[in-house]
Amino acid sequence: MDNFEFLEDDFAFVGENHESKKEIAPPVTPFFKDFMRRLGKNKGACIGGILIVIIILIAIIAPMVSSYDYAEMNTAIQSTSPNAQHLFGTDRYGRDLFTRVWQGTRISLFVAASAVIIDIIFGMTYGLISGYFGGKVDTVMQRVQEIINSIPSLVILTLLLVIMKASLFTIIIALMLTGWIGMSRITRAQVLKVKEEEYVLASKTLGAGHFFIIFKNILPNIFGQLIIMSMFSIPNAIFYEAFLAFLGLGIPTPQASLGSLINDGFKSILITPYMVIIPVIVLAILMLSFNLFADGLRDAFDPTMKEM
Amino acid sequence: MADRERILKIRDLNISFTTDHGKINAIRGVNLDLYKGETIAIVGESGSGKSVTTKAVMGILASNGTIDSGVIEYSWNDENTGEHKTVDIAQLSEKDLQKEIRGRKIAMVFQDPMTSLNPTMTIGKQVMEPMIYHYGKSKEEAYKKTLELLELVGITDAEKRMKNYPHQLSGGMRQRVVIAIALSCDPYVLICDEPTTALDVTIQAKILELIQDIQKKKNLSVIYITHDLGVVAKVADYVNVMYAGKIVETGLIDEVYYDPRHPYTWGLLSAMPDLDTDDDELYTIPGTPPNLAYRVDGDAFAPRNQFALNIDLRVEPPMFDVPGSSTHKVASWLMHPNAPDVKMPEALKNRIEKMKKEGE
Amino acid sequence: MNKSTMKYIGKRLLISAITLVIIVAVLFLMLKLMPGTPFNDEKLTEAQKLAIYAKYGLDQPFFVQFFNYMKNMLTGDFGVSFGIVRNMQVSDLVGPRILISFGIGIAAVILGTVIGVLLGIYAALHKNTLADTLATIFSVLGVSVPSFVLGLLLLLLLGVTIPVFPILYESSHPLRSSVLPVIALSFGVIANVARFTRSEMISVLASDYIALAEAKGLDRTTIIRKHAFRNTLIPVITILGPILVNLMTGSMVLEQIFSIPGLGRLLVEGITVNDYNVVLAVSFLYSVLYVVMMLIIDISYGIIDPRIRLGKGD
Repeated sequence: MDNFEFLEDDFAFVGENHESKKEIAPPVTPFFKDFMRRLGKNKGACIGGILIVIIILIAIIAPMVSSYDYAEMNTAIQSTSPNAQHLFGTDRYGRDLFTRVWQGTRISLFVAASAVIIDIIFGMTYGLISGYFGGKVDTVMQRVQEIINSIPSLVILTLLLVIMKASLFTIIIALMLTGWIGMSRITRAQVLKVKEEEYVLASKTLGAGHFFIIFKNILPNIFGQLIIMSMFSIPNAIFYEAFLAFLGLGIPTPQASLGSLINDGFKSILITPYMVIIPVIVLAILMLSFNLFADGLRDAFDPTMKEM
Repeated sequence: MADRERILKIRDLNISFTTDHGKINAIRGVNLDLYKGETIAIVGESGSGKSVTTKAVMGILASNGTIDSGVIEYSWNDENTGEHKTVDIAQLSEKDLQKEIRGRKIAMVFQDPMTSLNPTMTIGKQVMEPMIYHYGKSKEEAYKKTLELLELVGITDAEKRMKNYPHQLSGGMRQRVVIAIALSCDPYVLICDEPTTALDVTIQAKILELIQDIQKKKNLSVIYITHDLGVVAKVADYVNVMYAGKIVETGLIDEVYYDPRHPYTWGLLSAMPDLDTDDDELYTIPGTPPNLAYRVDGDAFAPRNQFALNIDLRVEPPMFDVPGSSTHKVASWLMHPNAPDVKMPEALKNRIEKMKKEGE
Repeated sequence: MNKSTMKYIGKRLLISAITLVIIVAVLFLMLKLMPGTPFNDEKLTEAQKLAIYAKYGLDQPFFVQFFNYMKNMLTGDFGVSFGIVRNMQVSDLVGPRILISFGIGIAAVILGTVIGVLLGIYAALHKNTLADTLATIFSVLGVSVPSFVLGLLLLLLLGVTIPVFPILYESSHPLRSSVLPVIALSFGVIANVARFTRSEMISVLASDYIALAEAKGLDRTTIIRKHAFRNTLIPVITILGPILVNLMTGSMVLEQIFSIPGLGRLLVEGITVNDYNVVLAVSFLYSVLYVVMMLIIDISYGIIDPRIRLGKGD
């Protein structure tokens, strides 16, 4: 300290105008930007997201540009192994499997997406009503939900498809019947949480009606969670569709889904294993991608919410 | 005062954490002394580094934290030979720390008794565990000692309580158990990390009295970490005011309370709740503590200091001795002889006058 | 076990019983809506059909049929098979298959849980290392790839390409025949359990009571063994419920793939030939299994976790 050189104005006050006196507000990253950054950092989510896009694109384009029709039979080329004309080979009716696999992926994705959308609409409505109005309404609705939930979904699914003959529409309905509960639970939990928040109370005291509060205050807040949940539900729906198809309760021929292709291929698994392996691999990659992407979404959305 | 026995000596301690946002220098050159049977308090806002300092003393820094430099010397008389020994905790291996220091020499009382007890283990087992582990006591011995300890910390019906699980006890009771655990291996130093913050106001005083009581009975040295100056006034001999990883003012309790010199201390004292002061006239500290991920030029407190000098932006202030005291030290350029004469705010002065009168 | 625990268990038992009755009613109703009957043979005349209906009580009003069914069910009589093995008692048809299905299921649960817990704990203790990353990749694979995909691949690899295990279930070699299905089923269990255990262990290790144990001067092994283990494993019980659901669907498909004469295959057969009583009995059995397992999980969780065990009321 002794040989320290003081400057002339060292012991003058800095005063109010000095730069350092101004509060340096920490840079606030907007939530969405921060969310995208975290998502981008997650390798699994990126790979999953890219794979999903690629598969969807192929599923849309491949059947359109293919020189074969998915239902076109040709007895001259029954059960040929993959070759240059038929990249995935042909099935035992001589149908081009490349076209059929991507057509099937298209159907599987369509079924899953439709089921999940209906899940969201129904589950969200159920959860909203139950959580928002509370009291007796809530109690009754929760009991009903509990009982439905305690019937194993495979029992509901199989029996339902036995009653209603399997078709695209009935499969979607059957999937929806077992899938909405998760959505309803999340919605209800969120509604109960958000309901007590101050801004909702504030709206109420200002005389806002039920619909206003639900649409303006509550829905925007639970949307993120529902999107994440639906990303988890899609692979689940794809799986159940394949499961039903495998039990012979799938979409009727000549239509194809990944599940029904696996089921068909399984009948001759020992002779022509490619017929089952290819759709199985597409199914596995599709489910894996959705799960990876959903995992990443959840972590990016709320880094603290690791387990749901 | 001559035969005071120094038990802990911290010199120029620097600790940093490696995080996603770069290296954070959480502790920047801390000096501390603790003598046998005495109590020191470390006061500061959250994030000032008070907990990190004590964690370093216990050797339980988070895995991304490292002691960059400095010594933490711990001295004691060996139980068997009576020989005076000194070790540098900063240099000890994890194994030696675990076997010799933690629990046996230095024990800790945590902030939140609701979460600091193992929910699936009975109270008795949790208190008995360290003595069986460190001293190889038999179950019967440990059981007897645990009963005594639980009675010492004021738990009634101790025998029955030993079979209870934590969730069956109230917050105050649980904190007593945590204290009993801390005492189970007869440590020399007790670190209390905000021991009353999580408790009801009515229980806070009782727990503080209990700690003081035990300290006297066992001749313990105690370190309090707190942001509550009210707690400090009740229990401590010495106060260390910490800001941004540095000690900015230190001294005997009366010196710091009745003659505070650092503008940050003024702010803290002014922020103390007090029933009969009109809050409007009190001085408050604007802004928030600095982000230690960035290099601090000059005095870290300068941006929040309404009395900041030009030099504060350039050079970090050294510790100045307050004239006429060997214990009171302040790290502020305002203490330099060339500095303008800045007096503490009038409102605070009045308040201190009142405190003095009440104290007499 | 104290009074409030008993009361809680009693209440749960009652709820489960009511749930099961409702399930039977729903199943019964659904089956009545099933298109066609087991006796759709075109060779039968109307009169013959009516005679058959009368014989099996199918001409009675719905409620009478339901009531009779419930009454018989309580004595273990699930009626006779209409289609699969005409006139065989359903209970005789189902009985031997329960053992096969349960055997495989239980083996998969035990194998999967043990390996999953070990893997999860290992990954948590070596957080952010290569081993942890590999374990995480493995878990994601296991969670997302359905067991029947794995079953098919295993069948091709270890049954056809390298024929180590039989591709079709051989009743003479039940153990050897069960290896592949058990592996395929347990894969998902391992993944789920490992994933949950890892995150649970990590949050336990970050808790205050572990910091206190550390401050007591215990070594790491003791801390993990005495303080972290139990607190990690108790919540693992709760995910066994969802895992069970996966196992049930998984086993149904795997029984198809490996031609295992179990419950799942019987259900599918029953559906294809409209064998009411078989479908009803198997669906009911699955529901009972599910409800009872949920009950056991719930109660055992309460017994093992002192916070619930001794808590006030329920």
